[in-house]
Amino acid sequence: MALFIVILILMIAGSVVAVEIKNMLSAVIAAGIVGFGVSVMFLFLKAPDIAITQVIVEVLSLIILIRITTNADNEAIEKKIDNFANIVGLIFVGLFVAFCFWAFVDMTAFGTPIMRVSQHYLSAGLEETGAANMVAAVILDYRAYDTLGEAVVIFTSILGAFVILRSRGKKKLTEKDMEKVGIPE
Amino acid sequence: MKKEQIEKIVHDDGIGMSLIVKTVARMMIAVILLFGFYIIIYGHLTPGGGFAGGVILAIAYTLMMLALSRKIALEKFSDFWASFWDNIGMLSFIVIGFIGLSVGYFLYNFLWHGEPFHLISAGIIPLANISIGIKVGACLYAIFIGLSIYGRVIVKEEEE
Repeated sequence: MALFIVILILMIAGSVVAVEIKNMLSAVIAAGIVGFGVSVMFLFLKAPDIAITQVIVEVLSLIILIRITTNADNEAIEKKIDNFANIVGLIFVGLFVAFCFWAFVDMTAFGTPIMRVSQHYLSAGLEETGAANMVAAVILDYRAYDTLGEAVVIFTSILGAFVILRSRGKKKLTEKDMEKVGIPE
Repeated sequence: MKKEQIEKIVHDDGIGMSLIVKTVARMMIAVILLFGFYIIIYGHLTPGGGFAGGVILAIAYTLMMLALSRKIALEKFSDFWASFWDNIGMLSFIVIGFIGLSVGYFLYNFLWHGEPFHLISAGIIPLANISIGIKVGACLYAIFIGLSIYGRVIVKEEEE
């Protein structure tokens, strides 16, 4: 547990640095601390599948963010202290923490999950699916609908990204296009 | 693209990163791709699976684009083919689901399960892993193409 607390403090410090620092590249690298800290925590919680995915996605997203921020406008916004916004923000954060406390106080203790459905997966999963990796058995056999939904979400997002990013290189409208789409003159 | 042209680009200081980075990247890309395919194909036996392996494949091509040059990466794997493999991966996963529907229910594990801990086992799970890996790899590479170079390439083609 002591290791978790150290990693948590490191992650909080990284996110504070990412918000406060003026250089964009340093902010992106400080934000990367959070992702790698999460992956180390998953590894110590005995979830290597999630740890692998987390560390790889973090690498790729950091590459993309650095690629974008090195070309972007690097000026920091001037600070204006808005007391009203700060007070309202603090009140809402306090309410959020209070509701979180009420919601989590009834949960089981850390490390002792309710094993009602998952006990069946663990005991009968190898016979029913034949997969040695229980995570693969759950996400691609018992819960394959979730994986299908996840794949559809990525597919739709890449469609949207293509449509939005192409707009800069779109060709100009001609009369022929107007006839095709049916735009009135 | 022929081998001489790639050699010319690698030894040209004006394109891509420095010579050391380019040489190491050329050696590493094949290893990274191999590791990605290993993670995908052994997804039902060892930690990993389609999503993680697919992201590794995307990282290999991203390294090619960053270290060598945009020209080589687009020559090897253009945005059309990225979009094409994205669609193929999605379609094959849904087709696997519908074949299951014709036997039992949607995404039914219809194939022979085989012996546990063997490479060919677990019915449709390896096939679904492969389709998701192809889909995620092509999709994330396509996002990188879109974010870094898309507008510029099309504008350049129009000028020509």
